[in-house]
Amino acid sequence: MTVISYRQALHDALREELLRDEDVFLIGEEIGLFEGSYKITAGLLDEFGPKRIRDTPIAEEGFTGAAIGAAMVGLRPVVEIMTINFSLLALDQIVNHAAKIYGMFGGQARVPLVIRTPGGGGQQLGATHSQNIELYYAFVPGMKVVAPSTPADAKALMLAAVRDDDPVLVLENLALYNTTGEVPEDLAPAEIGRAAITREGRDITVVAYSRMAAVALEAAEELADDGIEVEVVDLRSLRPLDRDTIIASVKKTNCAVTLEDDWLTYGIGAELAATISDGAFDWLDAPVRRVAMAEVPMPYAKTLEEAALPSVRDAVAAIRETLDAVARRR
Amino acid sequence: MIDILMPRLSDTMTEGAIAVWHKKPGDQVEPGDVLVEIETDKALMEQEAYDAGTLSEILVQEGENVAIGTPIARLDDGTGGGAVPVSAAAVAAAVDPAVDPAPRPTREQRLLATPVVRRLAKERGIDLNGIAGSGPGGRIVRADLDARSGTAPSAELPVAEPPVPGETVPGETAPVEREAVPAADVTRVPFDATRRAIATRLTQSATTVPAFHATASADVTDLLALRAAANETTAVSGAKVSVNDLVVKAVALALREHPTLNASYSPDAGGQTLHHARVHIGIAVAAPSGLVVPVVRDADEATIAAIARRTRTLAARAADRTLTASELSGGTFTVSNLGMFGVEHFTAIINPPQGAILAVGASSEALTVADGEITTRQRLAYTLTCDHRIIDGADAGRFLATLTALLENPLRLLVG
Repeated sequence: MTVISYRQALHDALREELLRDEDVFLIGEEIGLFEGSYKITAGLLDEFGPKRIRDTPIAEEGFTGAAIGAAMVGLRPVVEIMTINFSLLALDQIVNHAAKIYGMFGGQARVPLVIRTPGGGGQQLGATHSQNIELYYAFVPGMKVVAPSTPADAKALMLAAVRDDDPVLVLENLALYNTTGEVPEDLAPAEIGRAAITREGRDITVVAYSRMAAVALEAAEELADDGIEVEVVDLRSLRPLDRDTIIASVKKTNCAVTLEDDWLTYGIGAELAATISDGAFDWLDAPVRRVAMAEVPMPYAKTLEEAALPSVRDAVAAIRETLDAVARRR
Repeated sequence: MIDILMPRLSDTMTEGAIAVWHKKPGDQVEPGDVLVEIETDKALMEQEAYDAGTLSEILVQEGENVAIGTPIARLDDGTGGGAVPVSAAAVAAAVDPAVDPAPRPTREQRLLATPVVRRLAKERGIDLNGIAGSGPGGRIVRADLDARSGTAPSAELPVAEPPVPGETVPGETAPVEREAVPAADVTRVPFDATRRAIATRLTQSATTVPAFHATASADVTDLLALRAAANETTAVSGAKVSVNDLVVKAVALALREHPTLNASYSPDAGGQTLHHARVHIGIAVAAPSGLVVPVVRDADEATIAAIARRTRTLAARAADRTLTASELSGGTFTVSNLGMFGVEHFTAIINPPQGAILAVGASSEALTVADGEITTRQRLAYTLTCDHRIIDGADAGRFLATLTALLENPLRLLVG
């Protein structure tokens, strides 16, 4: 067991897959010579050469489409989109082609495509470069969307994504790249669609993913000082969504708070609240609370950006208010 | 085909037991025919048919207890096809024509309780009416149930299967030291619906209402003389006036003067005092099935003779268990009298959501100095119990002073 960064875990997963399967290749902007904007692909051009580590022009629709075609004929492309914001330029390729080809054409071709791309704010990159729009893809049948919050999950889910025969979007997170954690050297691929209980507790369920799953653990730690036992469900996968794990947890705790980096309205928290209402209505002791980003384009000013992003403090406040509502505060 | 459902026959009813079926499968049924007698938490009531047809099937047998809304029988009305439920609400409205909406502002409001509370209450047979909710807006939350049954939230409980009858429900207080008394020395009498209602409501009152007591007494020599004189004149008709009838009249007049005592507690919106415009006195009656509290409506407006007649009728109906839901609901204050047993003084438990109750003892001779001479006078002691959330001590004191003055000047009862 070694302790490595989230960034290193992603790098290791890509390298292992490049070594394991010669059909795997990487494609994207500045991933070769420049070693990637966030250095996930550092050293890979030297090791695997330009045929398997392909730099592209700034043309997301073009290189994503090229990767989809390559996947249809049997290769296993891993596309890097520099940040998820730029995936909007490839939206038609992803939503109308990658996600639909298998179903629309009678299963003649699968699309074993990986799109790896970081989301998240907090880097003072402004409104167009700080978004979390994974829900656009989690919305689409035919897609899989995974969102690891730890180095171990980053590696295990990336391994699983490359080996999956359907298009998988791997949501990375700018704020998580430098976080560290234990990663077993012989880590097996994760099962896509399975959430993890990352902390057990009996008082309240907090459902989160990606950066907010880490925030949830921090909030749980803070509340533990007051004797409050928070159970944290780290979704890991947004589509498919592990509804059973969420519902089982809420049946135990009788109340829930959801955390997301996205905007609240029509967001993933809304889907989670509906899931809980469907599956655990008769176990609920309070309405499901959602914690999300302020409904504004992300401000550039540091103070305003911090104010807009959901924080540990926001999570703690929502949890305490929910526990007040069920009169179960110890 | 029409499903006949267990109706809601009172505010607090959550389930009812089939006492007697008056029709059997195959019988012709006309609207107005008595179908069945139902025992509720308060009374034994007849349920009439609202549609014509043939009773095709009895679904709940005599002696069985089911939740309101449960189909209890099926009526073939000739339409065939699937069953159309006769709604319990429609039935309740038809049974309860005497409802006057004014003095019961909480009746129309939905009871606030979370889904998990509703499920657990159903599983455990708990009546949620009257449980004080500690959630937002008085919502009953799980902690309120757990506090009530003396258990901390249990991790195992919510995912447990519904309990098998006879098994201990996890989270309920386990029976302890059951064998301390030899079984042969004990006769177990299971609670019927009335006893269960008494147990639930009075436990809730005694454990959640911050009550205080205030005792006063009146010289009732003149009152007793008035009663004796009145009963001489009515001896032929037999409509005798009791001390309690006079006390009820005095209480009603005193309540009209002190509306702060004619009040109920509501947990809505963080707590409210409901002041009632009309004075409806509940009278505690020892019925064969246990305590029932029929209501004399507008007692402040009624003559003493009318109160006497009404009380006699209600007591008789309590004895043969024919009190209706409307006769048992809507009280704004309760009078409980143990004077006939020679009890000098006692305290009563508030009948929620009412704000106060008066416990009346027996009159007794007392030595008094009047005009420099020692004489014997009759004194009557009574104790007021108030919900301190809505009634303060000074209010109680002022009410008792008025009540004492009325009892000591009984002619005022005739003209009040």
